[in-house]
Formats: sequence, structure tokens, C-alpha cells
Amino acid sequence: MSPTGLRPPTRLRSPLGRVVRAGVARRRVQTAVMVLTTLMAVTASVLAVGLLVAARAPFDRAFAAQQGAHLTGQFDGTKVTAERLARTADAAGVAAVAGPFRTVPVRARTASDSAVLPAGVDLPPFTVVGRADPGGPVDRVRTVEGRWATGPGEIVLADGALPAPVGARLALRTAPGAPTLTVVGIARSVTGTAQAWVAPAQAETLTAAEGTAAGYDMLYRFRQAETDADVAAGRAAITAAVPRDALSGSRSYLTVEQERTANARAFVPFLAAFGVLGLLLSVLVVAIVISGAVGAATRRIGILKALGFIPAQVVRAYVGQALLPAAVGCLLGLALGNALAVPVLGEVGEAFDAPVTTIPLWIDGVVPAGALLLVAGAALLPALRAGRLRTVAALGAGRTEGGRPGSARSARRLTGRLPLPRAVGLGLADPFARPARSGTMAAAVAFGAVCVTFAVGLALSLGVVQEGRMLNSAGSVVVQTGGGSGPPGAQVVHAGGEAETPKADPEKVAAVLRAQEGTGRFYGTAGAEVSVRGITGATAVVAYQGDSAWGAPRTVSGRWLGGPGEAVVTKRFLDAAGVAVGDTLRLTEGGRQASVRIVGEAFFTEGEGMALLTSTSTLADLGLDARPGRYDVQTEAGTDLARYLGSLRGELEGVGAVAQASTEDSSSVIVAMDALIGMLTLMLVAVAGLGVLNTVVLDTRERVRDLGILKALGMTPRQTVAMVVTSVAGTGLLAGLVAVPAGVALHHWIIPLMGDGVGMNLPTAAVSVYDPQHLIPLALGGLAIAVAGGLLPASWAARTDTATALRSE
Amino acid sequence: MTPTAPAVAPTAPVIDLRGVSRRYGAGPPALDDVTLSVRAGEALAVVGPSGSGKSTLLNLVAGLDRPSAGSVTVGGVRVDELNETGSARYRRDRIGMVFQFFHLLDDLTVHDNVLLPAQLAGMPRAEARGRAAELLRHLGIERHAAAYPGLLSGGERQRVAVARALMNRPVLLLADEPTGALDTASGEQVRELLTGLNADGQTIVLVTHDLALARSCATRTVELVDGRVARDSGNVPDHRQAMTS
Repeated sequence: MSPTGLRPPTRLRSPLGRVVRAGVARRRVQTAVMVLTTLMAVTASVLAVGLLVAARAPFDRAFAAQQGAHLTGQFDGTKVTAERLARTADAAGVAAVAGPFRTVPVRARTASDSAVLPAGVDLPPFTVVGRADPGGPVDRVRTVEGRWATGPGEIVLADGALPAPVGARLALRTAPGAPTLTVVGIARSVTGTAQAWVAPAQAETLTAAEGTAAGYDMLYRFRQAETDADVAAGRAAITAAVPRDALSGSRSYLTVEQERTANARAFVPFLAAFGVLGLLLSVLVVAIVISGAVGAATRRIGILKALGFIPAQVVRAYVGQALLPAAVGCLLGLALGNALAVPVLGEVGEAFDAPVTTIPLWIDGVVPAGALLLVAGAALLPALRAGRLRTVAALGAGRTEGGRPGSARSARRLTGRLPLPRAVGLGLADPFARPARSGTMAAAVAFGAVCVTFAVGLALSLGVVQEGRMLNSAGSVVVQTGGGSGPPGAQVVHAGGEAETPKADPEKVAAVLRAQEGTGRFYGTAGAEVSVRGITGATAVVAYQGDSAWGAPRTVSGRWLGGPGEAVVTKRFLDAAGVAVGDTLRLTEGGRQASVRIVGEAFFTEGEGMALLTSTSTLADLGLDARPGRYDVQTEAGTDLARYLGSLRGELEGVGAVAQASTEDSSSVIVAMDALIGMLTLMLVAVAGLGVLNTVVLDTRERVRDLGILKALGMTPRQTVAMVVTSVAGTGLLAGLVAVPAGVALHHWIIPLMGDGVGMNLPTAAVSVYDPQHLIPLALGGLAIAVAGGLLPASWAARTDTATALRSE
Repeated sequence: MTPTAPAVAPTAPVIDLRGVSRRYGAGPPALDDVTLSVRAGEALAVVGPSGSGKSTLLNLVAGLDRPSAGSVTVGGVRVDELNETGSARYRRDRIGMVFQFFHLLDDLTVHDNVLLPAQLAGMPRAEARGRAAELLRHLGIERHAAAYPGLLSGGERQRVAVARALMNRPVLLLADEPTGALDTASGEQVRELLTGLNADGQTIVLVTHDLALARSCATRTVELVDGRVARDSGNVPDHRQAMTS
């Protein structure tokens, strides 16, 4: 209420709002800069926090709804009895159990035609679990199609485990009498506790048939299972409760969660880095803009105060001028962040049969609120300065010639003595006239250059990952020896007999390759699936024959295969099996066993990174077909690939093998990452460049009289541009030189975190990606940003009307 | 011979304005069909009330503005046809300018301010330094060479501005209210300085309200009223007092 007791007319009620709006409208460039910077910061932050939280949501929901097992324990049936296992329910920390359930590894062959596979196809080995009821206190298996197996001759398959639909019949060819089971349902366990379920009586029958490899599964829920340490403690308690070596393998729900959300999690570290860089840049840009606005509008502030604005209103007016564009940037950033999150989260949701998730609402509230708080904080300092300005002094601003710091004079004096064109010398000395502003601008440029360095490193690292993620991608020619096609590890066989397409004789293929002109080197690989102690389900084996070191995946630790009885696996495999490099793994197949020593940890993501790489002798030890189904060939330097292929195809025709050029598809996740990195970098660099532009605009406005004098003395437009650009170039160059090591350090910190996100250690080649040919141009990145930001205002300065400039106060 | 020796023969017209008009928007013209010649060695004072077109005339001669009609030729150069770069080079090479408020760069020393036009023109360093030292000595301000302009009196600052204007040996010295911001004593010093320069042969165009200045140092006076030449005392040196008596 006004002192008169009357309400002021509506149109006069908010002079503050009008001042804010007028300020925003007057400074279009600065407003655009603030919108863009907050947009970028909020987009990256919403994506980072949103993916971190939302990627877990489908799993967490499904895990809670299905009372998922914190730990799936696999026990050796020869070392522990079902009764003893049942008593593990009393182990310390165990809250609930399900089981023991009989487990039997089996091999099946399709016994009926289906839309997916014809009859007669050997399926990869899998493990059947005897379970009477899908419900219970732990791991409530959800039947997604058909029904649960209740009697003999029935089997329920885990969703996606085997290519057989409901109604398909599977012949268990290794069991006596080759019993045939009908698929009656498809079900889903949240932690993938089995690949197939049968009724307990059926499992007992199969156990008798399969003999030694039969075991038990126990599913546990713990009272405390938040962390790996909690789950490890629970596992230790169970291990102590059973005979030594009875626990042959286990799988934590945290490992499953990590696998299922790996792709989304890989995005989080670099998005978080971009988010933090963006927020810091926002703070800097807002500080530059509002300080500049206060500096440039000192007399305006005096007028406002003379008209009756109290200091608090002046402060609010300037904070408002930052918050208004920042709020617009936040809204746009929210929209963009949510839109970009959809494809990534959709992939995760699909894995859990959950609807496409969106970023939780609270993140959409908290992130922009945090950004606005930072913006308000950044604007507050210069706004408080405006609020404290004395009215008379503010009104008199600009009427006297402003003094410059001594450093500015010394710098001008010094640069005047340098053997440089005077315009360049004058420009070089400029940053010393307003050291604080120059420092802020340098920081903005440095953030931009850090971002470019970081982004280039990310792209190079992702290139290395892209290149090395698939096995056997080093050769230029692939020779397939035939044998038909089917799912991994399968072999297409006629229901009654021989392979549909006989495999070419590897010896003959190798002889052809050796005799072929242009062949550099080659190796063969054979594929199979076996059971590995400690790993749930079947493990894909890629067995190498010949000199394969040149085509080997990149090694993270240890070494590549050097002889028989050795294996190389990924970190994901090591973690899942609970082993380390140097340990020995026991492989089983059809009752036969083989041991391999892990000699190296490698990086690849083919087969979810769970393949075991060994030599073909391991397959032979297991009684499996060890003949290579594929040869990878590296041609000699300078060989015409088309001619080589044409000639090789002719030679292989009689052998029954086919040669083709090696092709490689791109990972859609890496492509998405590259696109996102490119977009965020572009935005951040644009903001840094606009920050420079804004600073130069402010400087030019403040120094318009000096510009007028120089132009009146004969400074040409080109000299003017040179002077203005040089005024930011030195700062940009220095900022770039500082930024490169910072960007490299950030990259070296983030890349391993991205590896952790997908449960992998990345090879050194993916981390140490910078070399001089990258670093030298990157060191000039700050200069490029500064020059790009300074060019436009430099041309404005060159076009400034001299007569008008000379009249300015 | 002083350091301000003109580069144009004494009788040649240094400035030649023909039918020059300058309009800003729809209002009355700031200059209206002005034809004027200034010969080498003349000191022309342009006087007139505020808004009469004095500064516009000066800006046109300095190449800081372009006429709406007519031609401006200075030292044989069609100033009205120059582009931005050409104008800058013209100002740098052919004219020197002195302003009411000195327009010195505050964070450059007196010496560096004076050096500036030569440095912009790319004059060899040793030659520029020699020329600056000569001018500072000639104008009696060499003891202030290392000082910053803010520490000098108004008269001294204007001497520095004159030294800077003469640095590149201009054919024409343009002075815009050179005593307008000075006290009487300092104004007197500047008057003497300009008179001396003209006596040494420097062509000067002076825009001023200060009739005493016009009377004492101009060889010829032109009065502008509403953008037109209302009176021209002619270009006879003896005629120095005619307009102001």
C-alpha cells in the first residue's frame, strides 16, 4: 500500500520489472550468451544426473517387484547336499532364500520347425534349473508368455536365452533316450537366475543322465545388500556354511544391474564433466555480463537512484537481468536434456520390459534450481556493487577521464618498445587495463579450450574403443570355412545326420592362403560354448590357431596367448567369475573338463565382453570341434585387395571356403556418444567465444573515445581489427596453453570412469590418445576461441564512426 | 625552418570545396552548397554560432564524414571519394588534428602519444624518435616526455596534442576549438603556438568560437551561418583583422 493509502495503477506497479526487461532487451548479445550458457549447462547436467538415476530405475523397480536375488549361488552337487544347502538360510545376514534348485547343463537340438529355426539345429549348451513354482520369497520369476512347467516333458525358457518360441520342441541329445521337451512358456528373472526351468522331477531325471556336472542353485536375499562389500560379506557367510569349494560360482545383483545399465552409465562420467564445465562457464559468463552491465550503466544506475530506487531494488534489477535469460536457458536445457535422454533410457527400459522411462521430475526441478542459484550468486556481487554506488558519483560517471591501473601503463610502455606494429602493441597491452575482466575472460576461454581438449581426447578414445571392441577386426580379408549358420556356438545339422554344409578342410584352406600371392599373415578361429566354473550360463569361447598376436584384442594387463592351456578374458569376465589374471579356470563340456590359466586381461565388447579367448587345443581337450571356421588374413603392404580377393576366391572355390573383405559395423552407443560430445563441445565453445565477444564489446564501448582518437590519427580499419583481436589473442593463447594440460588431465580421469561404467578396464591406447600432432593444435585452441570471439566486435570497432566516437564521454 | 614545413607549394590550393552540402535526415542541411578554397600557408578561422556547420566542415575536410553533394579535395586528394582505409591513410599522411579536449591517450606517456601517428604510419623507429624529440623540444615540452598527460596542465596537454598532430609533417593542420578547454594563460600560449606555426608556413584550418584566437592567428576568416558562408574575409595575409574588427 502506498503512503497515500491508494494502490498505484497497475501499469505503474512494477518499475523494477520494466527496468529488468529493458536491460535484457537492450543487451541482446549478452542475453543470448546467458541463455546459451545455461542451456548447455542444464542440458548436460540433466542428462548426466538423469541417466545416472533413471537408468537404474527400471532395474530397481523390477528388482523390488520380483523380490530379486541379491546373490545367486551355484553349488557343486558332488560336494554339498541339498539339506546342507537349505541350512545356509541361517547364515549371518541372510534374510530369505529360495532353493536349493537342481541345475543340469544340457545340449539341445531343435526337434520341430519354428518361425525362428528349423528342426535339426544344435543349440548352444545351457543350464536347466528344476523349479516347481515361479513365485516364492526370492526371485519371483515372471512368466511373460505361456505358462510355468509343471510336469515331465515341459520346459520354460528365459526370455532371450534361446531362439525357441512357445510350442517348439527341443531334443536333449546328450540325455539317454534323447528326451524331447516342449517349450510351454517364456519367463523373465530380474537377475537372470536361469536360462531354462523344468519341473523338479524332470531335473532329477536329467541329472541322472548328465551325471557329474549337476549341481544346485540357491537364491539369497540379504538384510544388507547396498554395496559390493555387503554382498561379498553375505557370500562369505554362505561359503563358510558349506564344505570347501562347494560354492562353484555366484552372481551379485549389482553385477547384473551394472551389466544391464552399462551403456547408460558410460555416458554419465563425461556428461557430468560437461555439466560441471558448463555450470562453471555459466557463472563466469554471468559474472562478466553483469559486471559489464553495471560498469556500462553507472550513470543509468545513478538516474534510477535519483528517481527513488533503493539499493535493494537496484540489486534485484541486476540479479533479475541475469535470472531472466538464465531461466529461459534452463527451460530450453530441460527440454533438450529430456529429449536427448529418451533414446538412451529407452534402450535400458527395453531390457527390463519396462516402458521407456523419462528423467525423474525431481531432477527436472533440482538441476535448473541449482543452475539458477549459481547464476543469482554470480550476478549478486556486481549487483551489490551497483546497489552501493553513490548516486552523485554514479550520475557523474564518464565525465572525467578514468584512470587506469599502473600495470596498464607499464604494459603499454613495454609493448611500445617491442618491434611490433603499434596496433598490435596497443592490443597486447589492453588486458592490463582491466585485469579482473581479462582474467574472467581468460577463464572462460580456458574452459572452452579445456572442453575442446577433453572432447578431442574423448573422440580419439572412443575411436580406439570402436576399433578394438570387436574381435578379429585387424585383418583385411575373412575366409569362412562353412558349416552353416545358427546362433553363437551352434552348428546346423540335419535332424538325422551330417552337417548341412560341410566345413571346408582347414588344412587345405591354410595351404591355399599360404600359397596365395599377397598373403601377409593369417590365423584361424573356432567358436564354441562351454560351461565355466563361476560363470552363470554358457560361455562363448573363441579359440585361436596360428600366429594371432597381430589380430589380438588390446591387452590391458598380462599378455596375449602364448601356447596351449592359456586364456585371455575381459575385466567383466574376471569380475563375474571372481578370478584374476594368473588364476586357473575350469571349463566343462559334455562331462569333459579342461583347465586354462588366465594369462591376460584384454578389452573387447563383442559378446558383451564375456567371451573366453584361448587356443584351439582347449576345444580339442573338451572334445569339441577345434577346426577353424574362419580365417582372418592380413595382406602384404601394397596388395590390391580387390585383385587379391578375386584370385583367392578362385583358389578357394574347390576347397569349399569363401573369402570376403573384412567389414566392421559401428557401435550405435559410441556413435551416440560422439554426437553428444560434439554437440556439447560446440555449445560450450560457442559460449566461451560469446563470452569473449561480450568482453570485447564491453571494452570497445568503454574505449570508444580512444578508438576515435586512434582512428582520427590515421589508424586504418585493418589496424583497428588487428588491435582489437590482439587484445584478446594473447589472453586466449595463454588460456589455451593452461587449458591443454587441464583438458588432458580431465580426460585421463574421466575415461577410466567410463570404462568402470561398462565394467571394463580400457587399454592404455584408449587413455593415452594425445600426441604432439593433437596437442600443438589444441594448445592454439584458446587462441582460436578468443580470435573467433573477438573478430566480430573488432569489425564493429573498425566501423565505429570516428566523429561520433570523439564526441563520446 | 621549423619542423612543420608544409609539403605543398605556397600558392597551390590545399583545400578545395566545391558545392559541398551535408544533410542529416530530413532536417535543414548542416552545410549548404559551400564552395571554399584554402591556399597553402593560410591560417583559416571558421567562426559562427552553434549549429552553423563549423564542425561538419572540419569533419568533411578531415575525411571523418562525407558530403551529401559536392566535392572535397585536399592536397590534390578527393577526400569525399576515399573508402575507410583511404580516409585513415589520408588523415595519417596529410593532416594533423588538434581537439578542444586534447584527446590524448591517458595511459601513454607524452612521448608515446606524440610517436603514435608515426608508428601507425610505419615510420622507421629511429626516424620517428628523432622527429618526436625535435617536436617536443620545439614546443617546449621535452621535460614532460616521460610524463602521463593527466599530470600536465591544459596548455601543456594541448602542446602535446599539437606535437602529435605535426608528427607526420601534415600539409594541413586542423584545429577544433583548440583553446576551448583552456584557461586564459594557457589559451594565450596555444594562440602563440599556432601563430608561430603558421608563420613558419603551416597551413591551418581553425574552428573556433574564440574571436580573439581568430583575430590573432588567422590570416583569413570565414563565418558560417545556417550552413552557408555568410562572410569570407578573403585570403590576403594582411586581412587578418578584417572579420573581427
